[in-house]
Amino acid sequence: MDNIYDFIKKVKNNEIDIVEHTYKLIEECKEINKEYNYLNAISEDLALNSAREIEIQLKQKAKIKNKKLLGVAISVKDSICVKDVESTAGSKILQGYKPLFDAFVIQRVKEEGGIIIGKTSQDEFGFGGFSVNVGIGFKVPKNPFDNERSCGGSSGGAAGLSQKLSNHIALGESTGGSIVEPASFCGVFGLCPTYGRVSRYGLIDFANSLDKIGSIGKTIEDVALLMNVISGYDKNDSTSLKLKNENYESYLKKPVKGMKIGIIKEAFGTGVEREIEKNVYNGIEELEEEGAKTEEISLELPIKYGIATYYMIATSEASTNLAKFCGMRYGATEKLEGSFNEYFTKVRSNNFGDEAKRRIILGTFARMAGYRDAFYLKAMKVRALMINEYKKAFKKFDALVSPTTSILPPKFSEIEKLTPLQHYMIDVMTVSPNVAGLPHLNVPVGFEKNLPVGMLLMADHLQEGKLIQLGSAVEKGK
Amino acid sequence: MEVDKKLLEHVAEVARIKLNDEEIKKFLPQLKEILEFFSQLKDINTDNVKPSFQPVELKNIMREDKEEQCLSQDDALSLTEHKKDGYFKGPRAV
Repeated sequence: MDNIYDFIKKVKNNEIDIVEHTYKLIEECKEINKEYNYLNAISEDLALNSAREIEIQLKQKAKIKNKKLLGVAISVKDSICVKDVESTAGSKILQGYKPLFDAFVIQRVKEEGGIIIGKTSQDEFGFGGFSVNVGIGFKVPKNPFDNERSCGGSSGGAAGLSQKLSNHIALGESTGGSIVEPASFCGVFGLCPTYGRVSRYGLIDFANSLDKIGSIGKTIEDVALLMNVISGYDKNDSTSLKLKNENYESYLKKPVKGMKIGIIKEAFGTGVEREIEKNVYNGIEELEEEGAKTEEISLELPIKYGIATYYMIATSEASTNLAKFCGMRYGATEKLEGSFNEYFTKVRSNNFGDEAKRRIILGTFARMAGYRDAFYLKAMKVRALMINEYKKAFKKFDALVSPTTSILPPKFSEIEKLTPLQHYMIDVMTVSPNVAGLPHLNVPVGFEKNLPVGMLLMADHLQEGKLIQLGSAVEKGK
Repeated sequence: MEVDKKLLEHVAEVARIKLNDEEIKKFLPQLKEILEFFSQLKDINTDNVKPSFQPVELKNIMREDKEEQCLSQDDALSLTEHKKDGYFKGPRAV
């Protein structure tokens, strides 16, 4: 397989017929989708038009050769708005919704010559860790290595397609682990940036203080390249960080000798499958062989209290965010009958799936008078303590490491038996870096029973570069 | 705290969701289990801790109070069938 830079070079030098290539790639997507359900919508017209435009500009010798993504296929998690392409966040309540504008990240991808190929499947609004909580009428994506198993979630379609489709990078989104966890289950790299590093403008939000858009790809080069394109300040997102852009690609292949890595003690042992541990330790060894120094560190809060803290914050924020879906301005609608409340209640009850209803109810409860202090505010305070604990660790370490998931991708028949709380537990390794807004990366480290295992690297705020540096060192060792 | 059918129905009503009997039967034990698990947060001492509403420190960003280009009225109305005389048409208010 070509690496992404070779591919872009060929496009620039007219060694690839980009229109024909894109046509074939769309056909390949359709074929893959028949078995794996990775795409809720394939944007064939948009993709072919973009390819034709590149062809014309190349013929006219227009100045497009500095474009970072020239001709590269980009898939988009369904929760990110693409102008004129159905964008549902995997929910029936948004079926038929074609945004009138592009999200900030989509504007950037288009400016850099990327070709948008479609919208990837996900848990409804991101509410899940296995992509089985899809909205009413949506299809569940399947693991690329075993179609009886989950590809993880909530950016399940994005991770699965990244494994199956070459010369393609995916835009994912994470609230509590929805980039790294599916990346782990599908054996690809997934980078979730620092909160605020990438604009959320045009993201159909789940939880405002937790949502981050990031990149998923087969190689560390893929995720670094796309991150370079999408990160940066945007005046349309009031939580966007006003900082200089960084060149993440400059960290690729940078030596890791002397870097200090903390192995989170509580993330190993009880509750973690032995095969997972073994492979993650192999990944850690590869970093040691490249000269990184490792040491065990004990963190009190993240593993033990992460799930409760995260789900309190996430459901509280989700319940307010989802209040806007009421069947009036866009999305699902019903016959205008009854009073305001009767109408809104009818639209919402008929169009939200089970998990969306559960989370709205949980979040509404946690914010209600009499319970707000004990649940919502308490979780926000624990978050403050957790950030402090991480910050202290990062005074000593460049990065922290744990498994990305504690289990191998489970079978759908096993997931069916889980209660919602047991379902939430899949996020045990990933929720806390998300709660603290820390950048984190999934690095594929091996296979067990023909299923991929991932290692999770976390760094301090705005230290995405270090993660790319470390991920690149593990990839090199293969 | 007693999480029972009455409380569940009340919270659902506040959230503008109508649960049928089957949903109530399914959700009630599930929500009980989750809330019980969440209660473990009370074991953590958070005296004198200020809540972190954002994971990174952010300043309020204001822009000048000047008119800027935004969605046209026609565009804004283009995504719904419920409209009249250039306005969204909603269900009756009273």
